Amino acid sequence: MSFVKTLVNGTDFDHNRLNALQKVTLRAVVMSFLFYGLVAIEGMIMRMVQTGPSAPIPKMFFEPDHYFSIMTVHPIVGIFGSTYQLVFAAFMFLVPYLTKKPLYSIKLANAVWLLITIGTAMAWIAGFIWQYAPLYTLYWPLPADTEQFKIVGGFVFVIGVALIMIGTMGFIYNIYATIFARVGVHKNKTTKELLISGFGIDGLLNLIHKLTGKPPYSKEPALSLPVVAIFRGTVDTFLDAIVILSAGILVLVYLIAESTGFTWDVHAVDALLYKNWFWWGLDLVADGLVLIYVAGSWYLLATIITGQKLFMENVARAALLLELFVSWMVWSHHLLADQPQPEMMKLVSGEMVTAFELLTQGLALFITLVTLWKARPLKMSPELAYLLGGLVGFGLAVPAGIIQADMGMNRVLHNTQWISFAHFHIALIVGLYMTLYSALYVLWPLVTNNTTLFSKKLTWAHFWLYLIGGIGMGALGGMAGLDGMLRRHLYVNGEFNALMVGAAIFGSMVLIAWFIFLFNIVMSVGLKGLVGIFMPAKDSTASYGIEPEPEPAPVKA
Amino acid sequence: MDFKTSVELLKFHWMAYTIYALLIISVIAWFGYNLSRKERAKSIVRIPFYGYIAFLVAGGVGHHIFTYNTIPWVAEDIMRHEIKPDREYHISIDKHRWKLPEEKMVVNVGEKVMFNVTSSDLTYGFGLFRKDGSMVTQMQVLPTRNNDLLWTFHECGSFDLTSTEYAGPHQYDEHTGEDLMLVKDAVEVVGCNEKVASK
Repeated sequence: MSFVKTLVNGTDFDHNRLNALQKVTLRAVVMSFLFYGLVAIEGMIMRMVQTGPSAPIPKMFFEPDHYFSIMTVHPIVGIFGSTYQLVFAAFMFLVPYLTKKPLYSIKLANAVWLLITIGTAMAWIAGFIWQYAPLYTLYWPLPADTEQFKIVGGFVFVIGVALIMIGTMGFIYNIYATIFARVGVHKNKTTKELLISGFGIDGLLNLIHKLTGKPPYSKEPALSLPVVAIFRGTVDTFLDAIVILSAGILVLVYLIAESTGFTWDVHAVDALLYKNWFWWGLDLVADGLVLIYVAGSWYLLATIITGQKLFMENVARAALLLELFVSWMVWSHHLLADQPQPEMMKLVSGEMVTAFELLTQGLALFITLVTLWKARPLKMSPELAYLLGGLVGFGLAVPAGIIQADMGMNRVLHNTQWISFAHFHIALIVGLYMTLYSALYVLWPLVTNNTTLFSKKLTWAHFWLYLIGGIGMGALGGMAGLDGMLRRHLYVNGEFNALMVGAAIFGSMVLIAWFIFLFNIVMSVGLKGLVGIFMPAKDSTASYGIEPEPEPAPVKA
Repeated sequence: MDFKTSVELLKFHWMAYTIYALLIISVIAWFGYNLSRKERAKSIVRIPFYGYIAFLVAGGVGHHIFTYNTIPWVAEDIMRHEIKPDREYHISIDKHRWKLPEEKMVVNVGEKVMFNVTSSDLTYGFGLFRKDGSMVTQMQVLPTRNNDLLWTFHECGSFDLTSTEYAGPHQYDEHTGEDLMLVKDAVEVVGCNEKVASK
């Protein structure tokens, strides 16, 4: 087939054969990767500015208004527009698939990706047009500072983020309504049984029963382990959405007051209290949601790739319960440089409880690796390679974060590029996204009805460029942090030039990898197929892989 | 082992983390290689499960015990309200402008200095940097709160001051992007030679 024909028609993808669940999943996936491209370009612009005045980009990017508006929307587009969409898409497909039940509502699932897409676009527009730039941290009272930012920009930004959070609530409702639906295999389960399983309590009870010599509490848990992880992580997603919405309402109230001629005292809201509240919620994304969702994804991928049961499943279930308490109590590590923060909170929440993340994530890494090891020899497929890449990412990023969550280290590392690159960029770009790429290749045959990928060579090219680019950028950026480079600062004279040039080269590998991935996917589904994904589904089925229940035999009179 | 300055600490940290990073990448690469081999790989070392868990707990908690005992500013920071400083400076920030003491801040090496910094509007940072851009120390500056940092300088030199927290684009020149909160040679630490001579 010629290049143009493949570009238009794809390999053997037929969007007309997709059911409603497959289509809504793919819509969110498409939007997610488009936003990923945007966020990679934004990242590259910032990398280029940091290389110094000779960087081959327009001078406007060196202007503080412009630079910081990019820095503000970069995480919004990356975390919500791309990551949330991809994770939500995967889970709204996986929960019905794993529980053998239909998704509660396809309409709601469509509303979710639309709301998140529109919300992300609005937040981006607020930065692009009005240069609203309080950064994602929204440290009070900066987001309500009308001397530096236009009120209209604030309105558009806050409403955009609110739409994202409303979409998030829609996802949460859809997931729990599906899990708690008493149909199919859960027809005879009680809410209590599902709750005990969802929180991983059955795993803990099984362990206790084993230690005390009693028979297992539950031989067949009501929910499979990946669903438990989704259930558990979604609790944090909910709490995080509440906190972000509350911060948005606060900003909006002050902006409305300002626009109507009233000037309220911004210091009526205590900056330290606000910072605690905000970080408690925001940290649930990083230390609760991401780590739990990722652990669940590793378990799922390991069992699908090996076709075997997970090693130490009860321990894994109990660890998810432990993470429930850990993730709610670690936020103070963001306030180790805040002197009015009580020392006891720094010590207990900021240092000690945070250190437990090394345990919970280390446990997930161990269980996943042993599950793979027991099933060897395995074929080195792209999904296995990406999974191992994801393990490397978190193996690097979690200790990097733990190192900084220390009162001694934080004094000289807080707000430096160490935390930005060595910790969360590696966690997201390498750890999280490589895990998600693994999930994508595992789910690809299910979601696309076994569509042939255009090129396996391109898949491997993407893998290596992405892995090397992601780790390289993180390493050099982290080194700049050790040299004193701040992360929320504008450097226009190439102060950390050598390391930033290196980071930009590695960063461009990530960007090229994204182009290769996108090209491979577009060539597989074709432009027609891409458009077709957004057309209404002819088959309204909201589930995947459920055998039709046999009709009951007619009762003879 | 004792780290007197951030330079010593971060050099050690750079080395330790680089070794760890290479190790974890190598372990998982070895793992991946052996996963796909038909011949069974011989275990280099057998790590019992509870041994691994104990290692993680020891690593997480031990890291803090190690830093507490080797980094002088940790204990000093926790106990700062009970330590009498040798010098005290009051600094304020308003609309991205520092109000520094009228006399230049000149400190003798080894003295305990208390920096009390307040902000009347936004959240800023208070950070001291060496001439090569590396960080000496820092803290966040929250509005309407007293932000106090007790610091003992163990090195001589002139240190620059700037905000380590983003407080909006007005911190920078709107055309050139130059940092308007950067104060060159804000703090000078002297007396290293005398100290050496007295020894």
